[in-house]
This record gives sequence, C-alpha cells and structure tokens, in this order.
Amino acid sequence: MIPLSHVIIFSLIIFAIGVVGALSRRNVFIVLMSIELMLNAVNIALIGISSAVGNLVGQVLAVFIITVAAGEAAVGMAIVVALYRNRFTVNVDSFNLMKW
Amino acid sequence: MSWAQLFFYVFAVLAVIMALMVITRRRAVHSAIFLILTFLCLAATYVIMNAELLAAIQVLVYAGGVVGLIIFVIMLVKAEENEVKQAHGQWLIAVFIALLLVVEVAFIVVGTLWNSTGALASKMVPAGGNTEALGVVLYTKYLFPFEVASILLLAAMIGAIVLAKYKLER
Repeated sequence: MIPLSHVIIFSLIIFAIGVVGALSRRNVFIVLMSIELMLNAVNIALIGISSAVGNLVGQVLAVFIITVAAGEAAVGMAIVVALYRNRFTVNVDSFNLMKW
Repeated sequence: MSWAQLFFYVFAVLAVIMALMVITRRRAVHSAIFLILTFLCLAATYVIMNAELLAAIQVLVYAGGVVGLIIFVIMLVKAEENEVKQAHGQWLIAVFIALLLVVEVAFIVVGTLWNSTGALASKMVPAGGNTEALGVVLYTKYLFPFEVASILLLAAMIGAIVLAKYKLER
C-alpha cells in the first residue's frame, strides 16, 4: 500500500526538475527533454490517482498524453533541424527573432 | 513494508536522481541516456501501480521512440557544447519558481490527502488483466478521442516532414 500523497509528491518533484531544466538550460535538446519529463510527471499523477480511485479513466488520459508527447517530440525535432539549418546553432539564446 | 512498496520507493528515488542527471549533464547525448534511464524507472513504478499496459507503452514509445528520435537529431546537428556556458544566468530564478511550485502543491496535497486512506490498492485488478480492461474502455467509451488522437498523430507526422524538408518547391 503506497499512500496516494507520496505518489503525488513524487510526480511533483519530477515536474519541478523538468521546470528547472526547461527554464535554465541553453541547449535546445535539453529543454525539449525537460518538457518530456514534465509530461511524464503528469502521467505518474494520473496513473497513481487512477489506481487509488479504482477506475481506468486516468490511464486512458495517460495514453492520450503519451500520444501528444510523441507528436510534440516529432514536430519539435523537425523545428530544431529547420532552425539549425538557418542559424547553425542549437543555443536557445540565439533564437530571438520574435522577441521584442 | 511490503516488497511492492519498497520497490516503489527505490524506483522513485532512482527516477528523481536520473532526472536530476538529465538536467545537469553538459552534453546532450549524456542527458538523453539518462532520460532513457528515467523513463525505465518510471515504467517500473507504473507496474507497481497496476498499469502494466502503460509501462509497456512507456518503454516502447518513450524509451524506444522519442529518445531514439532525439538522439538521432543530436547526432545530426553540431552543438557547441564546450565553449558556451551551459546554464542561463536565470537558473536561480528557475529554481525559485520550481521550489515555489513544489511547496504550494505539497501544501495542498498534505492538507487534503495525507490522512486519506486512498492507498494504491493491489486488490483492484480487473478480470482479464489491465490491457484488456483498458482496451475495452478505450474502444467503447473513449472511441472518439482515440480517433482524434490518430488524426493528431497524422497531422504531427505531416508537419514534421514539411518542417524538416530541405527546400519546399513552390
């Protein structure tokens, strides 16, 4: 028996690590990996709640989140390739064309 | 403390350590390897939480597909990893925001859930197993969102091809 609160706090810690990585790293790959970590943290919380409550709706939602994450990774990597082709760098600080 | 509980905590701590390694490594390839290890530890915790199908999907789609794609693209582009400082000056603000988030949500969780008996019940395993039960729910009650997800994947695939194409002929 694992208390639900421990699962939620575990998911919260993983999410916070993802937030720190996405906000503080300069390499665009590590920023994208941190976003994947945050999506996984949400999956942990959903599966934990689904298991504690006793129905499968949380797991269905987790399947959809995995779908969205896979699409996001594919499009994100395509954007990185296109950016690298134009700027020859993967440093997020140099992609500031739309910054005012 | 039962074995399942012990292994849950072991894998949770391992996942947190691996996630910290992901965001602190200097080279993106090392981060990707640690990301695979994080996802495998998370899959183990899913098994303990009675979500066997999602654990398999986690290993196949995340550890196999997503991180494989990321490693391919890391090898395609050349990163200036050694010359540049790898963290922004704003990392202190980032840590502060993350700590604020953790404290805020942990306060709510401790206040509402700490004394609840909503423990993870290992008795609640549906007949026919998790995969069959999840499949029945997914193909009856949630059939329309399932189809929408397939359209989303198609759109993502076409979008990725168009974005990564070298030159679009007009």
